[in-house]
Order: sequence, then C-alpha cells, then structure tokens
Amino acid sequence: MTEQLTPSQTVGPFLAIGLPWPDGPDVVPPGTPGSFVITGRILDGQGAPVLDAMVETWQADPDGRFAHPDDPRGAIQPAVPGFRGFARSTTEDGGAFRVRTVKPGALPMADGGRAAPHLDVSVFARGLLDRVVTRIYFADEDNTGDAVLSALPPDRAQTLIAQPSADGYTFDVVLQGLAETVFFDV
Amino acid sequence: MSWPDYPRPEGVHPPLATPDYRSTALRAPSKPLVLLRQGLTEITGPLLGSDRVAAADSDLTRQHSGEPIGQRIIVHGQVRDSDGRPVPETLIEVWQANAAGRYRHAVDNWPAPLDPNFTGAGRCLTDSTGHFRFTTIRPGIYPWGNHHNAWRPAHIHFSLFGRAFTSRLVTQMYFPDDPMLTLDPIFNSVPSPAGRAALISAFDLAETQPDWALAFRFDIVLRGAAATPFEDPHDD
Repeated sequence: MTEQLTPSQTVGPFLAIGLPWPDGPDVVPPGTPGSFVITGRILDGQGAPVLDAMVETWQADPDGRFAHPDDPRGAIQPAVPGFRGFARSTTEDGGAFRVRTVKPGALPMADGGRAAPHLDVSVFARGLLDRVVTRIYFADEDNTGDAVLSALPPDRAQTLIAQPSADGYTFDVVLQGLAETVFFDV
Repeated sequence: MSWPDYPRPEGVHPPLATPDYRSTALRAPSKPLVLLRQGLTEITGPLLGSDRVAAADSDLTRQHSGEPIGQRIIVHGQVRDSDGRPVPETLIEVWQANAAGRYRHAVDNWPAPLDPNFTGAGRCLTDSTGHFRFTTIRPGIYPWGNHHNAWRPAHIHFSLFGRAFTSRLVTQMYFPDDPMLTLDPIFNSVPSPAGRAALISAFDLAETQPDWALAFRFDIVLRGAAATPFEDPHDD
C-alpha cells in the first residue's frame, strides 16, 4: 500500500526565524586539521544574488563512509572528531553561504564503479516550491570515471566543480539561465 | 553491493516553474532536471538526534515571560513513509507568523503588531512511533505582494529530514475551512487534489484539551525505501 506523499511547499522568505543553527555551517568543528571553507552565492535568472536562500550539504567522511545503518558496508563512526556530515547555511549575510568541512572520500557505486568525492547540495528559497538538488565536486580531485559527471556535456559538468580559493573552495549556484547549474531529480 | 531504492515521486510536488507564484519567475531552473541514479550519498542522511532539541522547544507559547496572544492550539501527528512505516526520532522544525499574521523578521513590515511573547519557532523529535506534538497559537492570515489583494492562508512551516537525503521535505501545514486556500497560488501549485488535501490539518476533538487548547492533526508522509526484496529461506 502506498500512501499519498506530503507535497513540498516553498520555505518562504522567513526561514531565518526557524532554521539557522549557531553551528549550522560546521560539518566539522572549527580548528579541525585539514578543514576548509566552501563559499558561494545563489544567483537568480538575472544574475542577482539570492539573499533569502538556505543551502544544506551532506557528504561521506574522508574515508568514504557514513555513520548510517543503510550503508551496506556498515555504519562507521568517522575518524574525524565531531564530523557531522551535514551543514546548513543561509545566504542572508551578503548572499553567500558558507560550509566548513573536510574532503569526503570516493565512494563505491552499485555497478562496481567509483564516484568521485562529492557533496550533495539542497537549495531552498522563496520562489522554489521544492528544493533543488545539485552536487559539489572538487577541481583538484580525480573526477575521471565519475558516472554522473561523464554523462553530462563538459560545459554542464563544469557547473558542478568547486574551484580552489584562498581558504578553501568557491561554488556558485546559478538557478536559471545560460550558465544554469545542473540540478538533479533524485 | 546493493542498497535501498527510494522510488521517485510522480506528480506529488509542485512544478518549480509555477507562473501564478511570481517569485518562481527568476528562480525556477529552466533546464530539465537530470536523473540521478541513487548512490550512497542519497540513501543515507543526517540522523540528527536529541542534542539539537530541548524539551521546551515544542511549546511555542512558553518561550517568553508571558503568554502570546491568540488561540492556543495543539498540532500533532505522525510521520510515516510511503509504505506506512513510522519514522522515529527524526527532527521536525516549525516556524510561523503570530496571531496577527506578522513574522518576527526584518523583511516582514506590514502594519500588524509583533507580539513580545511570541517568536514563532519550534523543534521536536518524533517519538519511537513517529508521533510529534507542538503547542502554539493559531497563526494569522497575512497579505503578500504576489498579486492584487493577495492573502496567504494561515499556515505553519514544517521542515523534516526522515531517514535519507532523498526524504528531506520542507512544507506548510494549513487549516481546514480557510477561505484563502483556493485563492492561494502556493497551495494551488500542488498538482493533485489528494496532494492538496494532504497539506490541510484536521480538527481533532479527541485530542482537544478541555478548557485549554484546540487540537489539529497533521500526518506527514515522507519518501521511503522500496520494500526489501523477499529472500527465499530455502535458497542457499
């Protein structure tokens, strides 16, 4: 028996009342060795920064494992102290989100392939009736053979690659238009 | 290696491009979504626990020195997956306007009063059977700039995680018999009548507390993993 799923509705313009956490941006605690910051803006169809968005990320630990019972390899407590795997950041501070993290490991695929290190990303905002989902890959990782990237035209795949910056990486999300980020149906 | 599969919802969620909701015009992606084969990152997710929630977080009427103005209500329900299995110990976050329809937020400046005794944010974890319960006040209807004389039906925003990245949901709970519902482009963006009905809470006399608070029931159904394939015990 399949129940009627509850439909999505927009997060609206006032998400800051209920959703930000003081430690939201921290996949790992400040000062974690090897940690860096991913920052970026959410841009609308006219290139204007979206100031009322929220970005969430989810990722494997540096060994490519999850502290989750549905990982068929078993749930593993990460070697990095305080590793949460999850981050949440609004863009209210000048339109930029901010995630403090460490590199995830590569992952096995069901078909025996290898998924390059990546973060899953959800973007919520007024004007988005459902979240949009994308991925962050890293320009300085070996992304060859990743089935998701290689199935995309090169210019589209490029929208999923975070670029190195002074304190980590930058990753802008373009919601709409010629340079539109790839969004996934998960 | 194999792992759970979360069937894709068809026709459940609103189309991202919904012209009647004007804010979608510059924000909805214009290219088709790319089908993503679910991998380990999608079938896992943050299992956020009780460290994110204090017991007082589920009573929005007791977060200040006095009680907020408005109709005191209890909002409760069960979180299940699409096969009817309860979703236990999952984080629910809510936020809402006050009884006058005003949010405690710098961007909300329409001339309705703020309530010094109401912030409008709450959190709880579902229990072992997927149930949750908030005490709050009924939010007011408020105007917005989408079109001439536009008013949002009274609603409470809900954010849920469920078991996996795929089951993440942000939605809005509405109240029965609200005359604004059929006029609201956000509510009407849900494609099916059954989907729209699923967003409307039900008045619940059995849970209504005599001389204290009205109760409304709002059950939430998240995407679930397809049933595990049957394994023949004689198959060795």
